[in-house]
Amino acid sequence: MIRTTDLTKRYGRIHAVDGVDLEVREGDRYGLLGPNGSGKTTLVRMLLGLVFATRGEIEVLGSPVPRRVKEILPSVGALVEGPGAYPHLSGRTNLSLLDAAGPGGGRRDRRARVGEVLERVGLAGIDRRPVRAYSLGMRQRLGLAAALLRRPRLLILDEPTNGLDPRGIREIRELLIELNEQGTTVFLSSHLLGEIEALCTRVGVMDRGRLVLQDDLATLRAPTGRVLVGTPDPERVVALLDGKVEAVQGHLLTVRHADPADLNAELVRAGIRITEFAGERRSLEQIVLAATTTSSDRVEAP
Amino acid sequence: MITVELAKLFRRPRTYLIAALLCALPLIVAVFLATTRIPPPPGQGGAFLSAVLSNGALFPAAAMALVMPIFLPVSVAVLAGDSIAGEAATGTLRYLLIRPVGRTRLLVAKLIALIAFVLFAIGAVLITSLAAGLTLFGGEPSAGVTLPADVTSLSGVTITPAGLMLRLLGTVAYITVSMLGVAAIALFLSTVTDSALGAAMGALSVLVTSQVLATLDAAAAIRPYLPTRYWLAWIDFFREPILWRDIERGAGIQVVYLVVLLGAAWANFMTRDITN
Repeated sequence: MIRTTDLTKRYGRIHAVDGVDLEVREGDRYGLLGPNGSGKTTLVRMLLGLVFATRGEIEVLGSPVPRRVKEILPSVGALVEGPGAYPHLSGRTNLSLLDAAGPGGGRRDRRARVGEVLERVGLAGIDRRPVRAYSLGMRQRLGLAAALLRRPRLLILDEPTNGLDPRGIREIRELLIELNEQGTTVFLSSHLLGEIEALCTRVGVMDRGRLVLQDDLATLRAPTGRVLVGTPDPERVVALLDGKVEAVQGHLLTVRHADPADLNAELVRAGIRITEFAGERRSLEQIVLAATTTSSDRVEAP
Repeated sequence: MITVELAKLFRRPRTYLIAALLCALPLIVAVFLATTRIPPPPGQGGAFLSAVLSNGALFPAAAMALVMPIFLPVSVAVLAGDSIAGEAATGTLRYLLIRPVGRTRLLVAKLIALIAFVLFAIGAVLITSLAAGLTLFGGEPSAGVTLPADVTSLSGVTITPAGLMLRLLGTVAYITVSMLGVAAIALFLSTVTDSALGAAMGALSVLVTSQVLATLDAAAAIRPYLPTRYWLAWIDFFREPILWRDIERGAGIQVVYLVVLLGAAWANFMTRDITN
C-alpha cells in the first residue's frame, strides 16, 4: 500500500526525514510512533504529495508520488496535523464544499454521504452552528469525517485522537478497527504509545528522522523467556528455583524459564502460594525507549 | 472547484460588508453634495463631482472616481492576499490539495473568484450610485447626458443613454483589469507567505510606492511602467471622442503585470512544500 525507499527530506542542514524505508502492507493497521519532531508529520506530508522529497522514492497504492499522486488521492483519506475547516461555516457545509471541490463527488448523493460519515464519527446531531463554536474534539471528529467521505482504501491519519477524551479515543479506535476489518488499510502516526499498542498490528518507530524499527507488534512483543511471579514467600521460591531467579523486588520475582506452564506446576507442587503469575512480554514503551534516544523537544544546556 | 470558490465568496458576510462599505463612500459624498449644493472648485475634488449637480445620471462615474484610488484596491488586496494564505491559516489548504484539487486549478479558481468579487463590488457601487444620483440630484437619463466641461475638452457634447451605458461598461472592464493587476500582486505574495495580512500589506506597499513615484518628477523615467500610473485612464471614456491612448497603455501594462505575477505565483505554488 505504501512503500518508500531511502526517503529523505532536508530543510537546510536539518534532516527532517532521513533515509526512511517504510512498508505498509494491504490490510495493516500500521502505527508510526516517535517523539515530537521526529519527522512523522513531514513523512506523512510527503506521502500525500504536500511536501516534496529531497531524495528517494515513494509509492502509494502502486503509483509513484508525487508524479502520479492525483490518481491515488481519491482513494486516500487523510488527517494531517489536526483538522482544517472554514470557521464561519457549519460542519455539514464544510464537508459538502470539500466534497464538491474535487473529482468524483457526485452531487446527487452528496447530502446522504455527508450524513453517513457524520453519523460514523458520532456527529450525526450537529446543527447549523459554525465550526468556530465546535470543541476541539468535535473538530477532530469532523476532520475524520472528511477523511472518510471518499470511502477510502487507505487512511493516513496523523495524530487522529488529539483533543478527544478517553471515551472519544475508544470510539475512534473501534471505528478504525471496524473500517480495517472491512478492508481499509490504516496508517496512523502518534506519539501516544497506548493508542498504537491498543490499535495497531504493525509498528514503525521514528527517531530524529530515521525509521529505527519496523515490525509486527506480535513479533516485537513476543515472550521474553522470563516469567513474573508474585508470591508472599519469595525466599522459598528462590530456594526452590536456585539460580533461575534473576531479580527479586519485594514480593515480585523475575524468573528465567522457557515454559511458564511447567514453572507454575512446579511451584504448586512445592506448595508455594502464588498471587501473580505472568509470562513477561516487553511493553511497547520499553521497545520504543530502547530504540530511540532523547526527546527532540528537550533542549539541554550546552 | 470554481463553483466552490464562488460559493465560499458569496457565503461570506465579509464580501457583502466590503461591498457595502464601497457603496457607502459615494453615498456619503452624494448626501453632502445634495444638501449643500457646493460643487468642488474646477480642477479639484473628485472627477465629475461638479457635473453631477446638474445631472445625477453621471454620478456612477463620479462614484467610480471616488472608490478607485484607494478603497477598491485596498479591498481587492485584502481579499487576494487572503486567498491562499487564508486557506493555509485555517488549515484547509492541505485538505483541498489532497482532496485532490490540482494546485493550478486552485489558483485559477481563486483568480476567478477575485474577478467575480471585483465585478460584484463595482456593480453594487454603480447601481447604488445611479439610484442615489437620480434621486438626490435628479436628471433625465432618457434625455441623454451632457458631458461635463471639467472633464472633457469639449463641453456640451451630449451622449445618449445607450452611449453612457457603453462608456460605463468600458469603465467597468478597464477597472476590472486594473484591479486584477492588484490581485495578481497580492495573490503572488499570498503563495509566498502564510500570513494573509502580510500578503495584503505587501501588495498595498507596492501600490503606495507606485502612487508616490507616479507623482515624483525625478522618477519620470519609470513612470509609464508603474502599475498605478494609468489607473484613472478610464476617465477618458467620458471624453468625446474617447481618448484611447492611455486606456490602451494602461490595459497593456496591467496585462504584463498580470502575466508575470501570475506566472510567478504559479511557479512558486507548484514547487512549494505545504507545511502549515
